Amino acid sequence: MSRILTGRVAAVLPANIDTDIIYPGRYLNITDREKTAEHLFELAYPEVRAAIQPGDLLVAARNFGCGSSREQAAAAVKYAGVGAVIAASFARIFFRNAINLGLPLVVSPEAVERVREGDVLELDLEHGVIRNHGREETYTAAPLDPRAIELIEAGGLVPHLKRKVMAHA
Amino acid sequence: MPMTIAEKILARASGRPSVQPDEIVVARVDLAMSHENADLVRKSFAEIGVKRVWDPERIVIILDHRVPAESERTATTHKAIREFVAAQGIRNFYDVGRGGICHQVLTERGHVLPGMVVVGTDSHTTTHGAFGAFATGIGATEMAGVWTEGELWFKVPSTIRIEVEGKLRPWVSAKDLILYIIGQLGSDGADYRAVEFDGAVIRTMSVASRMTLANLSMEMGAKVAFTPADEKLRDYLAERAPAALFEPVEPDPDAAYERVIRIDASKELAEPVVACPHSVDNVRPVSSLTDIEVHQAVLGSCTNGRLEDLEVAACLLSGHRVHPRVRLLVIPASQEIYLEAIKLGYIQTMLEAGAMINPSGCGPCVGVHQGILAAGENCISSTNRNFIGRMGSKDSRVYLASPAVVAASALAGHIALPAEVGEEVFA
Ligand code: SF4
Repeated sequence: MSRILTGRVAAVLPANIDTDIIYPGRYLNITDREKTAEHLFELAYPEVRAAIQPGDLLVAARNFGCGSSREQAAAAVKYAGVGAVIAASFARIFFRNAINLGLPLVVSPEAVERVREGDVLELDLEHGVIRNHGREETYTAAPLDPRAIELIEAGGLVPHLKRKVMAHA
Repeated sequence: MPMTIAEKILARASGRPSVQPDEIVVARVDLAMSHENADLVRKSFAEIGVKRVWDPERIVIILDHRVPAESERTATTHKAIREFVAAQGIRNFYDVGRGGICHQVLTERGHVLPGMVVVGTDSHTTTHGAFGAFATGIGATEMAGVWTEGELWFKVPSTIRIEVEGKLRPWVSAKDLILYIIGQLGSDGADYRAVEFDGAVIRTMSVASRMTLANLSMEMGAKVAFTPADEKLRDYLAERAPAALFEPVEPDPDAAYERVIRIDASKELAEPVVACPHSVDNVRPVSSLTDIEVHQAVLGSCTNGRLEDLEVAACLLSGHRVHPRVRLLVIPASQEIYLEAIKLGYIQTMLEAGAMINPSGCGPCVGVHQGILAAGENCISSTNRNFIGRMGSKDSRVYLASPAVVAASALAGHIALPAEVGEEVFA
């Protein structure tokens, strides 16, 4: 993937979107990552999932992904077609899970304040810049750690380790 | 350089003389725990393509989330895990009926020691900070990486120190204290941070109560949470891990803290508290909630399903009947606790009061079986999350409280103070 991403904002969500909201516990015995997308936001925001087009962006206020370590939460977001999530902050385990699955996450309280549903944004992951062409605005974001960019470019931790293991074999 | 507990453990595990907050280190992992999601880990591990796990002795797998299997899908998952542990020679496997909730089993079987780096595919892995371990939750894919390489990168967290002085008032427990702290700090108040608890109140607490503190610290975002590795812990471990060396990790006296919070428990915690729907930081005193009707009461989980929790509930329930509207579900956190509770008569007392005893495991805590809530129902629960739909319908409401408040509310039929329930129900 490229370090510059473009996408439409499918939804702007409030603070503290927890992992039960993202992916209800009752579906935790689904272990095919692709299938998790069917239950994204099922209890609280079914309309958001219905609105997501491939490559769309999700925007959320602080502490997105708080709660459980369930990786299905990050997988459901990714396999629903979301290109990246922008939030004022992310909960720790969700952040790691997403990067490990190759889903880019961007921290930018400024963008969260300004953007609206339907805006089209261009994200520069490496330099931490978000451009909102429609509004002619630019927001600062935290640049993604080079280690995280490496994982995202590899398609996640599994392909990354696979390559590493093969190189040593 | 003076260091906090988290810094000392990460320095040692990454082979450095010292580390500082925000540094990224690669630490070797001493213990890697999974539950049913070992099946997800196993799949990622197979994709990576190595044949053997790095060290089968350092992997512990405990089935707890859906025990016994509630569906064919889960039965298939359990079976796949059994086959995997057999093939890999993983001896520390606790099957249905042999263990209980992962965090309880890991500690009561002596797997966790001070100074260890413990990772678990469960967010409440912070519980093991009560044993002096740098213990934190990770996702399944990351665990597959640990199974492959035996190490993991960490950003060194800065530390918040919380000193609790004074004395806990009657009926005020570790659960009330930690809910109070989460209420003050907010559900992301300790995000990415390490927490060190200390002070007279913590020092006098049982190991079980300290586990409650470390467990719930996750609900304010903590990466790890420590209580002191003192004589009490030494005594506990002498029984559980007699062969192990006890090497407590103490913070240096002049270690640098991001923040020091001092709490006078006698003054600040006048009465038990409850975390109201739908977030753990929505904390209010019990006396302001006594008009809330209760339909289900749950006593159990990795937060509060230990012997002391069952004991306080049994004392309150003894000789009385659960309110006709209420279903009281009791889930001893492990087989061992269950057996002890039988020997001590707690189980009989609770059955006589009208409770239903569920098998040791997560039970209804994660909303998949054994006590799902219908729309419009309220549940008072000793568990640790009250998110929307956590225990069933998205239109049900979960109130988090101590075991004493759960038992008192089960008797009263509404949220109730343990001190008052006697007078009110049995006058
Ligand atoms: S009891 Fe609840 S919180 Fe604890 S491990 Fe089980 S599901 Fe998670």
